[in-house]
Formats: sequence, structure tokens, C-alpha cells
Amino acid sequence: MIPFDYRLAPDVDGAVAAATGWGGVAFLAGGTNLVDHMKLGVAAPEVLVDISRLPLDAVEELPDGGLRIGATVRNSDLAAHPAVRRDYPVLARALLSGASGQVRNLATTGGNLLQRTRCAYFQDLSTPCNKREPGTGCSAIGGYTRQHAILGASAHCVATHPSDMAVAMAALDAQVTVLGTSGRRVIPLVELHRLPGDEPHRDTVLSPSDLITAVELPPLPEGTRSLYRKVRDRASYAFALVSVAAVLRVEDGVVRDVRIALGGVAHKPWRARRAEDVLRGSPVDGSPADEEVFRRAAEAELAGAAPLAGNGFKVPLARNTVVSALRGLSREER
Amino acid sequence: MRVNVTVNGEPRQADDVWEGESLLFLLRERLGLPGSKNACEQGECGSCTVYLDNTPVCSCLVAAGQVQDREVRTVEGLADGDRLDPVQEAFVEAGAVQCGFCTPGLVVAAHDLLDRVPQPSDPEIREALAGNLCRCTGYEKILDAVRLAATRKAAPRGSGAQESGSR
Repeated sequence: MIPFDYRLAPDVDGAVAAATGWGGVAFLAGGTNLVDHMKLGVAAPEVLVDISRLPLDAVEELPDGGLRIGATVRNSDLAAHPAVRRDYPVLARALLSGASGQVRNLATTGGNLLQRTRCAYFQDLSTPCNKREPGTGCSAIGGYTRQHAILGASAHCVATHPSDMAVAMAALDAQVTVLGTSGRRVIPLVELHRLPGDEPHRDTVLSPSDLITAVELPPLPEGTRSLYRKVRDRASYAFALVSVAAVLRVEDGVVRDVRIALGGVAHKPWRARRAEDVLRGSPVDGSPADEEVFRRAAEAELAGAAPLAGNGFKVPLARNTVVSALRGLSREER
Repeated sequence: MRVNVTVNGEPRQADDVWEGESLLFLLRERLGLPGSKNACEQGECGSCTVYLDNTPVCSCLVAAGQVQDREVRTVEGLADGDRLDPVQEAFVEAGAVQCGFCTPGLVVAAHDLLDRVPQPSDPEIREALAGNLCRCTGYEKILDAVRLAATRKAAPRGSGAQESGSR
């Protein structure tokens, strides 16, 4: 690890001020991804601004029924919060399916959103990687691609975003509050992360001194159900091959509201708007006939999939996982 | 920097600490507590698990600068003098220790599990220990140890109750 300057942020505004004007700066919260990357040499910030003691660790229930989650709320605390368990089961399930107990106890909400890809080539300094060193090439293309993207990738990068939490938040229409040098702004979570394009080194639309302070979840209407389904190579402590966060409200046998996000398939949590368009307004009655609608929806989303040599299986896997998630939600006891 | 931290109930101080070194390094190399093990250094294996403010974490991922004025409890702090904690005792008796490298982390993780869930189901044990890797035992003896410790804690030795979990 190379030497760096360490600053304890005095307050929220002070954190942004301390991070402004440096080429290589990083906010340190749980450290589960950053400290790891500093040891590997993947990250080498000149300055670390420690935000772990800022008063951003509260979960507040909002008057409109929504939830405001502070940026430094720990993943395990968020998963255990009564309002999350009651109103947003998709989020509790997604959080608990990520990492291990020890890691969830350290990892924060803001840090989870900003974690970097687990592409093995990105983490291996001996191989070229456009995300780690722009312009050097992509070793994954033509390499081992079991974990890589099938949607929205580019000729420069086929990495996936590893978060489970962010996939649930994408389906919940979460809004991210960011404090930067020019003040506060709110970014829809689905617009926080970028597709790789020809700048895969930029994971998000944030600049280095932008600090995520909170994530807000809008309320879900009465009768809405949600779940998270994750498929991986072992039962626990593995990143998703494919995951599905689904939010569904059926009234009088018709889909009134549906929101689906996919994980493990793209450079960002992938909001499946095409599938949603197929489903919205469709009749759904919990019978086997629903299956056809669910399948058409999933296929509409995956029509644009471009699998790589080693991950063709992800296309039918994503389709089947979407279908089974929707089946699970539509057949729950009413 | 100078780090002040409470370790196993005692206030400790270390000077000339580099903020970027890990809590694990601080414990092992500066405070003379080598119980927590240094294996993957990436939060993958759980061998370095300690309690930080009563919550188990991978100490290899915590920067030393972040533990100022906080409380750490390591595997060395579980026993009561010479009397092992029931979890440690169960690991010995069940044959859950082979090379021993993963043991301190597993003991802390199992200790935390039984604090939260005194009578865990097998799936609960498996999930709670998912962040701790062992390359020797195949895990079966470790599961035995956790079941045994749960039984012992429910009916401590000398209480006259049947020890149904011992084999």
C-alpha cells in the first residue's frame, strides 16, 4: 500500500471540503472494498477522508411513508430495520444475500452503491484493464467471462456491478442525495451508475469529491409485494450470476404496478423497463396461464442481450429467474 | 498517530500507528495479541474476525485510524481466566480444530451467533459461518461444535441437566 494522507471529516460539509482539489481522493466508510483495493494496488488515493463518524447513520421513516437511509447506515443494521423488513422485503432480502455477516457489519449504504466490479481482470494488476488503466484494453473479452455482462456492455468493458442492495433500490425507485462542491442534488438511483461505453473507468456520474449523504425510498402503495431472488455458484457468500428484484401490485386481476431490476447482468443495476411495459395492464390471476405473460416480458427485456463466449447461460437463466420471481409474487396469499 | 482503543476490557495505547495499517496488524504486531489470524487480508476468509463495538468484523478491512476510542474484543478476550468459553471448549471436544488457522475467527463468529440465536438451526449455523473458510475439517466437526456449545450454554455443566449434544 502506498502512503496517503488521512483526514477525519469534522462534519458533512467539511468532508466535501477536505476532498476537494485533490487528484486522488476517496471517502472511507466501512472500508470493505476500498481498504481491500488499496492493499491490492487497484486503488491508490493520495487522501482518505474518513466519514465513518459523521452523523449519517440514521434510518428515518418519512411522513409520506417513505424511508430515508443515511449513507453510513451499516448493511446489517439496514437489513434488520423493522420498517425495511415490513415495507421493503426486497431490500432486506437483497442485503442479506450479499457478502458475509462480518462484511455486512462494516459495509455502508453509500459504500455499497460505490463498490467496484469484482471482474478478476480488474483486480489483477498483471492484466490489462480499461477500467483500472484507461486505454490498456479489456482482458475479459476473449477471456473468462462467466461472471460478466450480457446487457449494455461495450467493446471496452464487459464488467458487472456486484451490488445486491443497489438492484433492490433500483426496483424501488430510490433517490440518492449527493453533496458536492456546488451544493446538494438528488439523482435517481438508476441514473447514478453508468454504462461503460468508451469510459469504463467511470463507474458513476459522481465526481471524486461528491459525497452520497442519503438514499430515499418512496412509499409503496398498499397491496404491493416485493422480493429478491439471487442465483449464484454456491448457497452463500458469492456474487450473483443473475439476480432479480421485483415489485408487483395486482388489483382486480390486472397488473397495476410492476418494477423489475436485474443484477449480475450489466455494468449497473439494470432496470427492466421493456419487461415492465409488457406486464403493466396485463391480466394476472395466479393461474398457470400467467406464465406466458411473464415469459414474454422477460424475453422482451432480453431481446437485446449480447452474451459473451462464457456466459450464454445467463440469458435463459435471467429469463427463468424473472419468471419465477413474478410467479412467486403473483401467487402469494392475498 | 496515537491510537487509544479498549481491547478485551483494558484501555490500550499504541504510538506511531500508520492510519493505513489494519486493525489486525495493530492487534497482532503492536498490542501482542496474535490470536486473530492473518490469512487472505481481503475480508474473504474470516480468520481475523474480532468484535468491534460488540459486532463481529474482519479486522483486516478496518483501518487502524478508524478504531480510535472504540472497543475491540478478540478471541483472547472470550475465556474467563483459564476457563475457556463454552464455544472454545466445544471446538476442542468436537474435534473442530485441525491446523487451527481458521479457528479463532470461527470461534468469534460462533460466539456471536449463539449470543444472538441461542438455539440455531443448521441452516442458521451455516449462514452465520459463511464468511469463515476452513480448508481442513470439511466443516462437519465445526457444525458439531456449534451444536454442542448451544446445548452446553442452555444447560451448563454441573447444572445436572442431560448433555444431549455431546457425542
